[in-house]
Amino acid sequence: MSANVNGVVTEEWTDQDYEVEMGNGWKELGLNFVQNKMAVIGGVIIILVIATALFAPFIAPYDPYKVNLKLQFQEPSAQFLLGTDMYGRDVLSRIIYGSRISLLIGLVPTLISMVIGAIIGMIAGYYRGKIDFILMSISDMVLSFPSLLLAMVVMYTLGASLINIFIALSVIGWAQTSRVVRAQTMSLKNKEFVEASRAIGVRDIVIMFRHILPNCISQLIVLFTLNIPSSILSEASLSFLGIGAQPPASSWGLMVSNGKEYLFNAPWVTISPGIAILIVVLAFNFFGDGLRDVLDPHLKH
Amino acid sequence: MKRYILKKLIVSVPVIIGVALITFLLLNVVPGDPITLMMKEHINPDVVKRVSAEMHLNDPAYFRFIHFLWNALRGDFGISYKLNRPVSELLLEAFPNTLALAVAAAVVSWIIGIPAGILSAIKRYSFLDNFFMGFSLLGVSMPVFWTGLLFQYIFSLKLGFFPISGFDGPEYLIMPAIVLGWSSAGTIARLTRSNLLDVMRNDYIRTARSKGIKELKVVTNHALKNSLLPVVTVMALQVSGLLSGAVITESIFGIPGIGRVAVDAIQNRDMPLLQGSVILTTILVVVGNLVADILYSYLDPRIKYNKKEA
Repeated sequence: MSANVNGVVTEEWTDQDYEVEMGNGWKELGLNFVQNKMAVIGGVIIILVIATALFAPFIAPYDPYKVNLKLQFQEPSAQFLLGTDMYGRDVLSRIIYGSRISLLIGLVPTLISMVIGAIIGMIAGYYRGKIDFILMSISDMVLSFPSLLLAMVVMYTLGASLINIFIALSVIGWAQTSRVVRAQTMSLKNKEFVEASRAIGVRDIVIMFRHILPNCISQLIVLFTLNIPSSILSEASLSFLGIGAQPPASSWGLMVSNGKEYLFNAPWVTISPGIAILIVVLAFNFFGDGLRDVLDPHLKH
Repeated sequence: MKRYILKKLIVSVPVIIGVALITFLLLNVVPGDPITLMMKEHINPDVVKRVSAEMHLNDPAYFRFIHFLWNALRGDFGISYKLNRPVSELLLEAFPNTLALAVAAAVVSWIIGIPAGILSAIKRYSFLDNFFMGFSLLGVSMPVFWTGLLFQYIFSLKLGFFPISGFDGPEYLIMPAIVLGWSSAGTIARLTRSNLLDVMRNDYIRTARSKGIKELKVVTNHALKNSLLPVVTVMALQVSGLLSGAVITESIFGIPGIGRVAVDAIQNRDMPLLQGSVILTTILVVVGNLVADILYSYLDPRIKYNKKEA
């Protein structure tokens, strides 16, 4: 090392130069983001929740499904931090396991609806004409439904289960994304770089995925993070109404619903899972707002 | 202006038909047998044959849809499997309750949202601003069903201010309206704030200030009018969110409205009733959007020309 002091120094210099030149945009974005305190707090909470979901069996003090009627409605204490529910199950353990369902619901249907919405939006915006008219009419109709009611109709048809919630939330979620991507595609379509690729005979599908899609990514990321909380809330609402996750799954919405009859004797059963929902949704909202300000200041809902 | 409204009206007709078609398709692909459900143990093959012919259950789907649409146009949404009464009658009974709840909630959201947004914009980055914006973010992030239960626990059980549930007079509406209105109040407050801040950057505001007009007057006389424009349209667009939220609010507070009807219909697997309530609700949303469009073009004539180009 000491023999090569000179070389190392030069290397360090070039490394730094390289980073400053190439990473400038991202670095600036990162800096802007870090300056937004709420967004950073949101991000930290999200990481904690993901860790909780991943390591649930190691964190949870008790088995979330184990019924023990002798321990019904124990008040929050040192032994049961958030008390026990009507079957004597530890509420904290159930909330910890419930984070898995909520995160899954937040991520999977949102991702599916993003993919569907992006493809439909690109096709509509790229080809215009009849196909655009048909696709956007359908998206208009889907957007006209109050989202919860459309999800309820899908759940009625498919039956209540976790997989079907994925489908229901994907069915209602794609329309908004398709609108955003379509608008972006229309403005990119006539840019020189797209015209150039077309002129040298690049196939449409390649243009869409290699040239148009990457330019929509920042909007898609923002939409993605801001759609996660609404997915989580929709699942909780459906489960609350009894047409979402089914017992004994420890979905937060279901926990609130099951506890509501005992609200007056044992309020902790109902109130604590609600606080869990609130914290996660707030965290994603803060995080998404921060991302939007950094990545796409023009996109406002 | 008239032509614009007419055009918008015509465009919303296929949307409503499409919405009916989507609902119909989603609900009619279920293989379940409604007649068995209606008759339970008194099942009789002859009667099944007769009733399924009466209900057109043997006809192809497209025929049934046209039939359904034709009847719906005349206000006939079929007969509830469970309650054995016309769906339109049940919906007409429930509609005024949902309307009362939605209007009350909307009023709550304006009373909270608009002043909060204005104050936040004037005192930007102050404690007040942070408080109101935190409050509105909380409203957007709280699950409505949980807020409802929390309100019942605190204000009915502990403090005894309001009746816990049921629907027997205006005092029964206060808590549900606040619970439901709070979530849209957040949206309105944030929108009012950002619009007012945008408008305050305009040249005519600087002119007004340089003339020595007091800051409060600049806001009330010059800025507010223009900044509330988009807020007005959001009010009409609120319909969708309010009706979604009403489904849950009605279930918690025991209000016999359309949302409650829909939830009961799902639990009883009562397809015509669910179909009718979903289509009626969605028509209300389409009408709300139409009102928003018309209101906006009326308040801001520039919008018409922009739309023509698009």
